[in-house]
Amino acid sequence: MTKQIIIPFGPQHPVLPEPIHLDLVLEDEMVVEAIPSIGYIHRGFEKLVEKREFTEYVYVAERTCGICSFIHGLTYCQGIEEIMQVEVPERALFLRTIWSEYSRLHSHLLWLGLFADSFGFENLFMNAWRIRERILDVMEQTTGGRVIQGSCKIGGVRRDISGEKLGQMSKDLDSIGQELEELTNVFLRDASIKHRLKNVGVLSRDDAYSLGAVGPTARGSGVSLDMRKTGYAAYGKLNLETVAENDGDCYARCVVRCRELFTSIDLIQQAVRKIPDGPTDVKVTGTPDGEYFTRSEQPRGELVHYLKGNGTKFLVRSRIRTPTLTNIPPLVKMLQGCELADVPVIVLSIDPCISCTER
Amino acid sequence: MAFFEMVKTALRTVLSRPATIRYPAEPAKKTLLTRGHVTIDESRCISCGTCQRKCPAQAILLNKEEKTWQMDRLRCVVCNSCVDTCPVKCLFMDTQYTAPTVTRGVEIVTITYVKPVKAADKGEIQG
Repeated sequence: MTKQIIIPFGPQHPVLPEPIHLDLVLEDEMVVEAIPSIGYIHRGFEKLVEKREFTEYVYVAERTCGICSFIHGLTYCQGIEEIMQVEVPERALFLRTIWSEYSRLHSHLLWLGLFADSFGFENLFMNAWRIRERILDVMEQTTGGRVIQGSCKIGGVRRDISGEKLGQMSKDLDSIGQELEELTNVFLRDASIKHRLKNVGVLSRDDAYSLGAVGPTARGSGVSLDMRKTGYAAYGKLNLETVAENDGDCYARCVVRCRELFTSIDLIQQAVRKIPDGPTDVKVTGTPDGEYFTRSEQPRGELVHYLKGNGTKFLVRSRIRTPTLTNIPPLVKMLQGCELADVPVIVLSIDPCISCTER
Repeated sequence: MAFFEMVKTALRTVLSRPATIRYPAEPAKKTLLTRGHVTIDESRCISCGTCQRKCPAQAILLNKEEKTWQMDRLRCVVCNSCVDTCPVKCLFMDTQYTAPTVTRGVEIVTITYVKPVKAADKGEIQG
């Protein structure tokens, strides 16, 4: 029998943007088992809900993640609005959808850059981030923040976007789309990238389903799960096609994210065409009394917020289930049987967001 | 299967201007809505304490006796909550980020607001 050795991977590793630790059990160069451990950046956000008023907790909820911050804020607000039976104006729902899709664009571009960096393609990494900068500029012009938008509030949104600006944004997305096409063509067609990603970290459809994969990780394995289909915010009024691939390898997950960039652009342009005029928020009075599970689709997958109030201005419980947490068991499965040199690429392929996971 | 798919983009980026700004020689990008740091007009603050209560980071401390408004810039998360909720609109969001600092400390502003004397009170004083 080959001697087994354990190699620690992380929490500090050049390829990891955030700390996660994996003990890799190796036989020669092959990984036979990966034992993950998290808990390096726990910040106690869920406990903080007892110390901050429910209206101020939006800012805390948003800071759960530095990438998909807007969607955390949106999901929290959605939960409170459901508990308090608040009817959010249509225009606010459309604006939430537009900002959510911009978040998805910037998150996927960030990931494509980091992914390119993980397999050593630094030029591609910089090009992905150059395009991402244009998305972040729009975020800053419309909300005041590049990554922490702070534009969602209970009962609507804080800021409106003028019709002129919306038209400009939609027009700019056409030129961003052309740049993205050039960028994604490199990911999807280049021979060296295909050679590096094809048949690496394969996750079968059954495994993806039974291990609870979500988001692009599940969709890359043919499980067509997308919470946007539930029609929250204004997604119910837009025409959305779920992107799914069947191969289940790193390349498939990359293809899903590349194609989702164009889905997001399409959704924003649809929303700009259909956005109604009207108020952007309603006055919310009273305090939340009750509990609610609210779900949304983050760039990384399904996000669940559980909120419970007891009629005071402080909630009694908040529970955040982030997509990366549920993508870790599929990751462990993908790592079994892979080569040691493929581990960084496979870990990056689930788009791990550890700050989110540990809250 | 394609080879040299990146060449076109790479050549164009080599021949074009840099995508980055030569900061600080050139000013950083700012927009009208950019959240830089919170400023106060001390002559209008009525010491109501709403900003302190609504601050999610507990960066603001208002002392009603001493009439001071304290801001811990290292705690402030620049969320705009205080600016939005201030009833007399004496707080503003400046688009300039705060300068780097090497020491911890709070910024103390003395509130200079004087409550206007009502007409009835005026009469008493005159009488």
